[in-house]
Amino acid sequence: MVRFVSAVIEEHEGRKRSRFVASVEIRGLQKHYGDVHAVGGVDLSIADGEFLVLLGASGSGKTTLLRMIAGLEHPSSGEILIDGQRAGPDVPPRSRGVAMVFQSYALYPHRTVRENIAFPLRAQHAPRWRIEQRVTWAAELFHITSHLDRYPRQLSGGERQRVALCRALVREPRVFLFDEPLANLDAKLRNNARDEIKRFHRQVRTTTIYVTHDQVEAMGLGDRIAVMEHGRVRQVGTPQAIYDRPDDTFVATFLGQPPMNLILSRSPALAGGTVLGFRPEDLLPRQAFDAGEGVCEFSFSVSRLEYLGSERHLYGTVAEGDTVNGPVVAKLSGRMGACAREGEGQPFAVARSAMHLFDAATGARRSE
Amino acid sequence: MMRRATLADRPGGLGALLLAPALLYVFLLVGVPFVLVILLSFSDSTAGSLTFHWVGFEQYARILADPVFRRAAWNTVLVTLGSQALAIVLATAAAQVLRSAFRGRRLARFVLLLPWAVPVSLGAIAWTWLFDSTFSVINWTLRAVGLLHGWLYWLGDPTLALVAIVLVQAWRMFPFATLIVLAGMTTLPQEMLEASVVDGAGFWRRLLEVELPLLSPVLVVAVLFGIANVATDLGVVYLLTGGGPANTTQVLPTLAFQRGILGADLGQGAAVAVFMLPFLIVVAVAMLWLARHAEVGRR
Repeated sequence: MVRFVSAVIEEHEGRKRSRFVASVEIRGLQKHYGDVHAVGGVDLSIADGEFLVLLGASGSGKTTLLRMIAGLEHPSSGEILIDGQRAGPDVPPRSRGVAMVFQSYALYPHRTVRENIAFPLRAQHAPRWRIEQRVTWAAELFHITSHLDRYPRQLSGGERQRVALCRALVREPRVFLFDEPLANLDAKLRNNARDEIKRFHRQVRTTTIYVTHDQVEAMGLGDRIAVMEHGRVRQVGTPQAIYDRPDDTFVATFLGQPPMNLILSRSPALAGGTVLGFRPEDLLPRQAFDAGEGVCEFSFSVSRLEYLGSERHLYGTVAEGDTVNGPVVAKLSGRMGACAREGEGQPFAVARSAMHLFDAATGARRSE
Repeated sequence: MMRRATLADRPGGLGALLLAPALLYVFLLVGVPFVLVILLSFSDSTAGSLTFHWVGFEQYARILADPVFRRAAWNTVLVTLGSQALAIVLATAAAQVLRSAFRGRRLARFVLLLPWAVPVSLGAIAWTWLFDSTFSVINWTLRAVGLLHGWLYWLGDPTLALVAIVLVQAWRMFPFATLIVLAGMTTLPQEMLEASVVDGAGFWRRLLEVELPLLSPVLVVAVLFGIANVATDLGVVYLLTGGGPANTTQVLPTLAFQRGILGADLGQGAAVAVFMLPFLIVVAVAMLWLARHAEVGRR
C-alpha cells in the first residue's frame, strides 16, 4: 500500500517534472585554448521547450559550445544560466539537469540495453521499482522492448541511437544536448532517425540544443537555427528567416544547395561595392515572369547543363557582374528546365523581392 | 642492365639467416637447460658426480612429503597473488593520477618507472636496509608519526617477513602494471567516459562500473605478466630473507636453488623447479591467448 501510494506520488511528480523544462541563457561565452579562440563571445537565449540547432562547419565552435553547456568544458569567460541558475565551473554535469546524446552514442558495451538505460537512474540512487518502471516506459516509447537484454554490439545503428535516446530520456532532464547524433548513420537511416528525434521532441517538449553540420538536418529539425562560424554566432532565427533573409554572405552561402549566387554588381544604379545575391531557384528564364513584374534582368551565358531528374542545374556567368563564389547557377524544375540549353546571352531574371543586397567589404546585408 | 638477385632479395633465405642467432641463443640457453632440468628431476644426480640414474617419480614423492617444500609452495602462491592484488590496486590508483594533466607529469612517469628498471638485486638490497632490524626506516617513520609503539622485526618474524616480501614484489611489479593500465585507459573512448559523467556517475561509479570492466582484458594481461614474473623470481626472497627465518619464507625458486645448487642435490632441486611448470604453462598460454585476442572495451 505504502509502495503504491509513493508510486502514485512519484508518478505525479514525474509528470510535473517532465513538463518542467528550462530555458538556457548564454552570455558573452568564450573559450580559448591557448591562442585559439574556439568560442569567441556567444550570446544566445533558448526558450523553454525550444528546439535550437547549432549549425556550422567543423571547427566553428558549435561542439565546444555544447560541451560547455553540458559542463564537460569550462568557459574562459562569460556565463551560462540554466533555468535562471548560473551553471559555473562549480556545477558539475550531473547537477545541471542535462542529458547528452553523443555522436558515437557512447553506449556501455559491457552492459545490456536495459542496464545502459538504467545507468543514469542508478547513479541517482532511484529505487529499483522506479528504475524498472522508467526503463520499461522509455523502451516502449522507442519500440526497443524486445532488445532490452541484448548488448549494444548486437544492435543496428538506428537501434543504438534509440537506446542512447532512451538513456538520455529516463532521467527527465531539463535540457537535451545532441552532438551530431546522426553523423554515423547512413543516408537512408538518417531520414528515419530525423523523424524519430522530431517525434521525440514533440512528445517530451524538453528544451533541446542540437549540434550539426548538416543544413538539411538543421532546417528539418530546428524551431530556430543558430549559424556559427569561427566561434561566433552569425545569425539566429527560424529556418525560413535564415533562408529567406540571411544577415550576411556567409549565412547566405552556407544554407541552400547549390548555394546562393553572389555577383559583384556593375550597375551604376547601386552604390559601389554592392554584392547581389539570389538563390539558384529564383534565377528563371525571363519569359517566366509577366512583363509588368518587378524583376532584375540578367544576360545568362550557360556553359554547362546538369540533368538531375526532377530538376536541371545550369552553370554559367552573367554579363551584369563578376561572380564572387564560383559560377552562377540556375536551378530549373521539370517543365521549365526542359527547354534549357547551353549558349550565350540568354535572357534570365530574378524577381526583385527575391534579390538580396550585401556589402562587398563586410559581407553584411544592406537595407534596400 | 639486370642485376642478379642477391641474398637480401630472397625473403626466405635472409629471414632464416637473421633469425639464426636468436634461435641459437634460445635453443642453447633456454631449450637445452629446460630439457635437462626435466630429465634431472627424474634422477638422483648430484652436483659432485656426473652419473645419471633414473629414479622415476621418487624425487617428486620426496618433496611432496617434505613440510619445507609444502610451505614454500604455499608461500609462492601467497606472495604471487598477494603482490599482484596489491600491484593492481596501486597501478589503478597511479594511473588515475598520471593520466590527469599536471606540471611535471613526465617526470612523475619517469620516477614511477624506476622500481621496474632498477635491477632486482639493487632494489632488494635497498629494501633490506628499510626493513633492517635495528635501523628500519619504516619503523622509525611509523614511530615518528605515532602509529607504532613497539618495534617490528620485519625480516625476523615469519609473518612480517612474508608481508615484506609481498610489499617488495608489489613495488617491483606495479610500475609496469601502471603503464599497461595507463595505455589501456588512453584507448577507452572519451565519449563514453563523458557520457557517464553527464549521466551522473561519480568517481567511484565511473571507475568501478565503466572503466575497470572495460579495462579488464588489459588488467588480466598485467596480472598474468606479474604472476609469471613473481612466481619465478629468486632474487627478492634470496636477498631479503634468504628463505629464513628457519625456512619459513622459502618460495619455490629459492628452495630449488638451495637444494639443487647450494645443497648439490641436483635431482631434488630440479624436481622443485619443475613442479611449477604446469601452472606457469597455463599462465603463459592464457597470456599469449589474451595478448592476441584482448581488445579494450570488448566483450
